[in-house]
Amino acid sequence: MIYDAVIIGAGHNGLVAGSYLARAGMTVCVVEKNDWVGGAAVSRELHPGFTYSNCSYVSSLFRPEIMRDLELPRHGLQILPFEGGAVLTEDGDYLGMHRDHDANRREFARHSLRDSEAYDRYARDVQRHCRFIRPMLMRTPPDPARFRPRDVAELAWLARKMFELPEAQIAEMIRFWTMSISDYLDQYFENPVIKAYLAVSAIIGTALGPMSPGSAYVLLHHYMGDVDGNVGAWGFARGGMGAVTKALTASLQAAGGEVRMGSGVDRVLVSNGRATGVVLDNGDEIRGRRVISNMDVKRTFLKHVEEKELPGEFVDRVKKFKIRGSSGKLNIALDSAPVFPALPEGSTHIRGDLHFTDSIARMERAYDDWKSGTFSRDPFQDVMIPTMIDPTMTPPGKHFMSCFVQYAPPKIHGGEWTDADRDAFGKTCLDQLEAYSPGFKDRVLHVEVRTPRELEAEVGLTEGNIFQGELTFDQLLFNRPVPGYAQYRSPVKDLWICGSSTHPGGGVMGAPGRNAAAEILREAGQIKGMRDAYPVL
Amino acid sequence: MTGLKRATQLLTTPFHARTSAANLQGRWGPWAGYRAALCFGDVDMEYTAIRNAASVYDLCPMVKYRFTGPDAEAYLDHLTVRNVAKLKPGSVHYTLWCDDEGKVLDDGTLLRHGPQEFLLSCQERHLPWMLDAATGYDVTIADVTTEIAALSLQGPTSAAVLRLAGWDVSDLRPFRMLKVDFGGAELTISRTGFTGDLGYELWTSADHALPLWDHLMAAGALHGIRPIGTDALNLARLDAGFLIANVDFIPADQALRHDRARSPFEIGLDWLIDWTKGHFNGRRALVAERAAGSEWAMVGLDIEGNVSAEGSILYLGKKKEVGYITSAAWSPSAKRSIALAQIRRPYHESADIWVEIYAQRELQYAKLMLKADQTARPFYEPARRRTTPPQAF
Ligand SMILES: Cc1cc2nc3c(=O)[nH]c(=O)nc-3n(C[C@H](O)[C@H](O)[C@H](O)COP(=O)(O)OP(=O)(O)OC[C@H]3O[C@@H](n4cnc5c(N)ncnc54)[C@H](O)[C@@H]3O)c2cc1C
Repeated sequence: MIYDAVIIGAGHNGLVAGSYLARAGMTVCVVEKNDWVGGAAVSRELHPGFTYSNCSYVSSLFRPEIMRDLELPRHGLQILPFEGGAVLTEDGDYLGMHRDHDANRREFARHSLRDSEAYDRYARDVQRHCRFIRPMLMRTPPDPARFRPRDVAELAWLARKMFELPEAQIAEMIRFWTMSISDYLDQYFENPVIKAYLAVSAIIGTALGPMSPGSAYVLLHHYMGDVDGNVGAWGFARGGMGAVTKALTASLQAAGGEVRMGSGVDRVLVSNGRATGVVLDNGDEIRGRRVISNMDVKRTFLKHVEEKELPGEFVDRVKKFKIRGSSGKLNIALDSAPVFPALPEGSTHIRGDLHFTDSIARMERAYDDWKSGTFSRDPFQDVMIPTMIDPTMTPPGKHFMSCFVQYAPPKIHGGEWTDADRDAFGKTCLDQLEAYSPGFKDRVLHVEVRTPRELEAEVGLTEGNIFQGELTFDQLLFNRPVPGYAQYRSPVKDLWICGSSTHPGGGVMGAPGRNAAAEILREAGQIKGMRDAYPVL
Repeated sequence: MTGLKRATQLLTTPFHARTSAANLQGRWGPWAGYRAALCFGDVDMEYTAIRNAASVYDLCPMVKYRFTGPDAEAYLDHLTVRNVAKLKPGSVHYTLWCDDEGKVLDDGTLLRHGPQEFLLSCQERHLPWMLDAATGYDVTIADVTTEIAALSLQGPTSAAVLRLAGWDVSDLRPFRMLKVDFGGAELTISRTGFTGDLGYELWTSADHALPLWDHLMAAGALHGIRPIGTDALNLARLDAGFLIANVDFIPADQALRHDRARSPFEIGLDWLIDWTKGHFNGRRALVAERAAGSEWAMVGLDIEGNVSAEGSILYLGKKKEVGYITSAAWSPSAKRSIALAQIRRPYHESADIWVEIYAQRELQYAKLMLKADQTARPFYEPARRRTTPPQAF
């Protein structure tokens, strides 16, 4: 059989693209190298009775329009908002987060009265940037080098949106898109702990420090999502992040799509400049009228397409695409709830994100280690215990803890990570946890330690970069992944790309997969069942 | 002054000592003369408790009537549209009742405690009408609203919470009841609720209210139990597609404008009517309406976009006014903008219905005209709602 679409990779974007295509009437086969689906949105049971969120762990970016189009609630997806969060400080105090505006202000005021009142203006200004960027997420970027009517119209739309703003705000926006988060926060706040908490979103998944120019945009990337209209808020997928890809798989299958697991794609078949199918590692051939890669742009074109099929300049640009890994992760099964003595008993802070890095300076020092080719000795950790809210992942009273760690380089001092390096990295993180939660290690039943090496080996994220490519301004919008190929197409006819390497980038967002499907269906003259982005009022 | 205060102050329910301690922001509202929590502090988290873990809602202000006597069954059969003879002791059914013109007075749940004993729980008060209708029946009617403490325990972990509380409900099917002992008092557990999720309602005597609350909270500590207010419940009931008197329809005996009264056909509840059981209140008018057709229809709408359509008007082809929204919200569970609406027949079958929304943003209105597609109710229906034995979460 010849499928209308063969998709390489059952990451969430591959599944989103596949579901849209299947709903529009195409025959779809998704090929996944692992024995499970999900890519970096995956939940596996690594300790009996404990479901993990092995990679991504919180949800906000996933477009609600996609959930609705693909009927994911009916297929079991539930997003749970969470409350809480805190930075535990070195001196034994804490800065706690509250969902209630005034409770939050009072807590900020405990650290700085001035900052507590500055927060509203900061939040408003960031929201303004979000309002500008959100409408772009579900549109194919224009190609400024071409003059097709759609590109011209799209460029005009962008320009109009820009010039709708007052001049001062345009200037402010351009500054924001290129600034460091440290400089940005200095405009509003004086307190180091408050700044450290707010800077977090700017470094997550990024090979930049809080003092690197361009880090402010990364913050925006983490703020532009929402939970049920609550822009900037994050939630848990009930059942772990794998619930997202589980629901997507059910939706795909309900629409007649297939998923083949257990053997990856060795290479894309190309004949006469057109993709015609794939050959799997086990030798099987799957034919398709088009091939859509959910792998990152580097893996797709440098590892699975013969170089002779691609223009030299394109290959060169793909080689130079920045995809440096910077993150690691510990997934921990706990026998009982950890206790953080700094937090007031019974407070809700433990239900949210917990950090131990209490100043931007410490965060930057963690980045210094990365720059010198090693993991941070005093790492930044984003610690979450989803089972404080989600009853489905562990037995009652037991917990799953997700620790997202920065920084961890793709190579250690220029060489490959060894198991000993990985264990040393894991120990550094566990020691930090133990310092803030005495007795922590005694509660541990199992730990999965993941460095960029493990992330690349399992998920196929080149260099372990969690976003399939860095979110720096030179790699966004019509330059993502490379100039001239921002419209989900490639130099090979009928070979498409739909993963996070494409606009609008990484995170469990679904927009790249959805936009790629829109382009494919538009070209096939079959576009339907796809709503536009909800308007920003 | 104190006399006036005593006379007009909202009453508190038997759970007040606990609910007032838990209500962090003083968000109370009046409900049938009682002080009811609208929200304990965070409506999103409370709604999430209903759909994710376990929620506790104080049902005491619901009006409750007890019917006893040899003719109680015949009387209720005459009073309500559903077949009460089919309601076995130990069972519950949802029902409604009409005036002689076949217009709806109220809806409620009828619990059959024994061959000759029933409890009706509803939103509005009907005592004079019920007493008048009792002429010729050997039935005793009592308003027992203040005698009973009722709590609704709803959510995916609610069965697990009850098990930890010492009550095994694994065999309890939807709309069935179980009687257990609680501190020497009788406690009735019914697998019913207003959320469209797995859930139970607990009924005991008012003097056992506080121990019951404490017992449940302790049992649910590791299962995410949380008190919820009316705001969160209202969102969940809309997901489930349930109606509320005086929100989605006007009880016929309260309608000032006589065209506001609605028949069961017009609020989509004619399926409750048992046409074979003999006479019941409003039957003659309803038979005539069945033949002649009704004026209105109640529909579920799936509205494009993500702006709630509360209080909006419906149009045919964006022009002709054909109806109005009674309840609407963005549903966090269904990830859709949903609404219950009244549409004038025959437009309820049209695929060209639009809703005009005035969305206020920073004082100014954005005017939207959005497509509204008919959709099935419940808007959101997790399988765990009906599964027996219940899922662990
Ligand atoms: C540790 C970590 C934490 C993160 N935390 C968050 C978070 O909390 N929230 C958030 O929104 N985002 C988070 N992210 C980012 C987010 O998870 C990713 O950006 C996103 O999941 C990528 O999705 P994708 O579909 O584009 O690609 P991927 O998930 O990378 O999917 C690619 C798929 O292709 C498969 N594949 C690779 N090679 C082959 C082959 N040769 N043949 C067949 N199949 C192949 C892979 O196995 C994989 O299934 C995190 C990522 C990581 C790694």
